[in-house]
Amino acid sequence: MPQVAHPAFLVLGAYATYLLAGYGVDPVLAGLLLTPVFFVFGLGVYQFYYSTFEGRGSDQGLRGIAFFFGVAFIVQVGLILAFGVDQRLVDASYIGTSVEIGEMRIPKRMLVAFGVALALTGSLALYLSRTFTGRAIKAVAQDEGALRLMGANPVRIKRWAFGIATATCALAGALLIIIGPVDPNLDRLYIGRTFCVVVLAGLGSMSGTLVAGLILGIAESIVLTSAGTAWAPAVAFGILLVVLGVRPAGLFGR
Amino acid sequence: MKRFLLGSSGVLALAASMPLVFQNEYFFFAGYVVLQLIVLATAWNILGGYAGYVNFGSGAFFAVGAYTAVALYKAFALPLGLQILAGAAAAGLLGFGVGMLTLRLRGIFFSIATIAVAIVLETVVLNWHYVGGAKGLPTLRPTETPFFASHTVYLFFVMAVIAVIAVGAARYVETSWIGRGLRAIRDNEGAAECSGVPTLKLKLGAATLSGALMGAAGAPYAQYLSFIEPTSAFSLNHAVNALAMPIIGGMGHWIGPVIGAVLLGTVQQVVTVTISSEINVLVVGVLLVVFVVAAPEGILGLFRRFFPRKK
Repeated sequence: MPQVAHPAFLVLGAYATYLLAGYGVDPVLAGLLLTPVFFVFGLGVYQFYYSTFEGRGSDQGLRGIAFFFGVAFIVQVGLILAFGVDQRLVDASYIGTSVEIGEMRIPKRMLVAFGVALALTGSLALYLSRTFTGRAIKAVAQDEGALRLMGANPVRIKRWAFGIATATCALAGALLIIIGPVDPNLDRLYIGRTFCVVVLAGLGSMSGTLVAGLILGIAESIVLTSAGTAWAPAVAFGILLVVLGVRPAGLFGR
Repeated sequence: MKRFLLGSSGVLALAASMPLVFQNEYFFFAGYVVLQLIVLATAWNILGGYAGYVNFGSGAFFAVGAYTAVALYKAFALPLGLQILAGAAAAGLLGFGVGMLTLRLRGIFFSIATIAVAIVLETVVLNWHYVGGAKGLPTLRPTETPFFASHTVYLFFVMAVIAVIAVGAARYVETSWIGRGLRAIRDNEGAAECSGVPTLKLKLGAATLSGALMGAAGAPYAQYLSFIEPTSAFSLNHAVNALAMPIIGGMGHWIGPVIGAVLLGTVQQVVTVTISSEINVLVVGVLLVVFVVAAPEGILGLFRRFFPRKK
């Protein structure tokens, strides 16, 4: 499915967290609270997409892409209209303080974000490999027809998968605003980062995602310190282009 | 063909006689933008509409045209005509490169790769101090332009010529065997290749032509604004406009992008002046989604549904 609006939902999640944090809710808790809301939102978006494109068989090719691109654009401009282009941030006890281990100082907000992200990825990986629905989600990506023959409904599985993917945006958005300020134009950068990680990992490989995320993160910080901040945005897209051109199956793809 | 030549010379004559009718400079300032949108939309449609490869990186081609022109102007003070040719050549080369990507990438991966190309190039230009880097570079307009009332009117006419060439090229591609080949690629690339359609050659040609036309549209940009900076030259708005207008107008026919661009361009100008430029961007996004959902064949499709064939 050509879901290019995913990064836009991520930024939307960050702003929703910002709103809740305004009432004194802890950002991680806010992200968790938003998860069901985003899940339902995701179900709705997929249902709409299905009934207008997939159901009619016109999702192949450019209309589906154009639809999600338009949605992403509307979210971005909507956020600009609602919040302005200024950067927003949240406050919590672990933001702005750090842990000292010998010579190193590790900001607590990074630790919190890292921990939550690891837990989220781990539970998703478990879900996808252990439960029936999780396996069905993996199967629907491989062969829809075969899944239908096994007696599962691919549309329901896909809707469920879309809901889960959108729900993770809420929590990931919360983490995003914990580790740094957020502005509406961020989604363009995250299209690159998201796709870079996914493609580098190989589609559908959860463990590959972790490794690819690490590779990208390290590559970005090396460029950041050696060449300056102005070059950083090109890293994710550069890696993405090279991977797409040389090995579209990714590092761990089959 | 004869009718098209007659029609396009009519359009050019109309553009040339505009200064007799309109005294207000703003008309030409806004008209230039609409013409530029026609070129971008038509160019996008050659690769996107006919061949089905969705380009999200139109801003990159536009900016490559613009920056090539600026760099050459700064280095050798080339006249505008040569700047446009050079801009088109550079963007055409980029188009060729993007065309090579279609060897391995289809659908959403191709689209993401074009965004990647745009961002990487934007970062390069941001760090390229010769043309101003992130600060931008003011460019001087020539103080006098012979035969034309003002420089804006002159640029308006130049863009009208580029638009006519772009639409003519698109029409040629569409009605010749090239267009048939591209449509075959869009519908089923594997089957097209098996039936003897030279898919790679056609895709490369379409991508190069599409890129070159976008570059030509971008080349006079710095002179038009008397200023150039990367964020606006690479702006996502170019990409959204170039994609939305053919889809809204109708992608199957060369007139579709023109209808979309004229309609949307005019609405945008009016909204920008009367309400705000943020709303105007939102209008494009909303219209894009509405049309993709409710009228997949665009305005042309609606038109055909309500007025069935006469020919």
